[in-house]
Amino acid sequence: MTPLLDVQNLSKYYGQRIGCKDVSFDLYPGEVMGIVGESGSGKSTLLNCLAGHLEPDSGAVLFDTKTDGLKDTVTMSEPERRMLGRTDWAFVHQHARDGLRMGVSAGGNVGERLMAVGARHYGDIRAQAADWLGRVEIRADRIDDRPTAFSGGMQQRLQIARNLVTGPRLVFMDEPTGGLDVSVQARLLDMIRELVRDLGLSAIIVTHDLAVVRLLADRLIVMKDGHVVETGLTDQVLDDPQHSYSQLLVSSVLQV
Amino acid sequence: MSDYNFAYLDEQTKRMIRRAILKGLAIPGYQVPFASREMPMPYGWGTGGVQVTAACLTPDDTLKVIDQGADDTTNAVSIRRFFEKTAAVGVTQATTQASVIQTRHRIPEEPLNEDQILVYQVPIPEPLRFLEPRETETRKMHALEEYGLIHVKLFEDISQHGQIATAYAYPVKVEGRYVMDPSPIPRFDNPKMEMAAIQLFGAGREQRIYAIPPYTQVVSLDFDDYPFEASKAEGACALCAADHTYLDEVIVDDDGGRMFVCSDTDYCESRRQAGHVGAQGTPMGKDAA
Repeated sequence: MTPLLDVQNLSKYYGQRIGCKDVSFDLYPGEVMGIVGESGSGKSTLLNCLAGHLEPDSGAVLFDTKTDGLKDTVTMSEPERRMLGRTDWAFVHQHARDGLRMGVSAGGNVGERLMAVGARHYGDIRAQAADWLGRVEIRADRIDDRPTAFSGGMQQRLQIARNLVTGPRLVFMDEPTGGLDVSVQARLLDMIRELVRDLGLSAIIVTHDLAVVRLLADRLIVMKDGHVVETGLTDQVLDDPQHSYSQLLVSSVLQV
Repeated sequence: MSDYNFAYLDEQTKRMIRRAILKGLAIPGYQVPFASREMPMPYGWGTGGVQVTAACLTPDDTLKVIDQGADDTTNAVSIRRFFEKTAAVGVTQATTQASVIQTRHRIPEEPLNEDQILVYQVPIPEPLRFLEPRETETRKMHALEEYGLIHVKLFEDISQHGQIATAYAYPVKVEGRYVMDPSPIPRFDNPKMEMAAIQLFGAGREQRIYAIPPYTQVVSLDFDDYPFEASKAEGACALCAADHTYLDEVIVDDDGGRMFVCSDTDYCESRRQAGHVGAQGTPMGKDAA
């Protein structure tokens, strides 16, 4: 079975400082990978390198494209990479504002990716937008409202709908539940889990919240100071951490 | 002879602008950056158009300047005088007699021919500007032909108003490649852009020049189920009875009285001279004015 994503010795430096160094892993279709670590450990740098937002200094990110099979997204041409970003990939930002167009209605936000890949029938686009709003539990009568009129949780759900509407195969999520209160967080996690299962998506989730990865991720990467210190199945890493940093991380979680 | 160099700008500047124009003509719809000069008028009054006109003019040219279709409004009159003074070229109000026409917000009703140049004044050349504020990003989108965003604007129009409500500066795709802002002409004029004359667009503040060569395909963007429509006010011109021209609404008193007249004054005038009389018009010759 070919992996969907094959990351090989990925490194990114900010001048002398290390962003992330020698990261290698692979991700198979339908699998959810969690990347955890403290602030400044290089999680987001790694995610941005994978999603093509940052250019890594060395290493390769092979993605199983529909037409050509495994292909290095670092060296592929920019139009091709951006096309992947609109079709096969999705990126959910921590702050919904970064991922949404705040001046455009919810329907327009969801429809944008469809129009970006060539949809030109208003009725169809709107019907699909309405369908997706329904799937992320946003009422149909809110379709013409702007995201500024939405609560934080709704904005985050709208962002997810906007990203999934073109049927991506790989979803990058950067702290998808950050800044939401716990009950909204729980519902969002539930929804993400359902969508990932239903659509057979692969996902890479960056978070510092271990509860999120416990719920969503199949496998886990623990990062510290730009290095991967431990990898393994989620339950294995969380229940029996081997590296001293992982142990610290797991024991730092507050119990209610 | 005036103390100015011919057509105000120095020769090196005109050369620079001509290079930008030629590049623009070679890549229809592509916004060519150019080193826009300070002109003796405020930004927004047509500094870009004036520079393009200055670079195109020859001593044998006849210039016409239109502002919203009219030859006799402040902007048109002052720009026409400017070139009379600095270039000593002939000026005219007749579309057919002009070789260079500088325009703000309209295309003349009379079809233009191959010997004419139409120069547009452009306030904001970037059609994606209000959707994507970053210039670096919009340039990349043009380069990579990523034009999904422009349809988002039309989509918003339909979901809010039930139809495409963009009535002016209606985005077009030029020769199947670049999406272009046709300057704030009414969308009624969009189909006319496939014409015999050269069309040049100058944006002074934004420092961009772009162009459409003669007989170039210009397609107004739309949706399959909401096709583009070149709309105008209902009815006919009150002065010349034309029902195929773009009409301006004119308020005539404080009691809600109004009339619709051709926005193209020269065209209206020539029709009245040919004997057409509208509902509120008087036959030519008997007019007190």
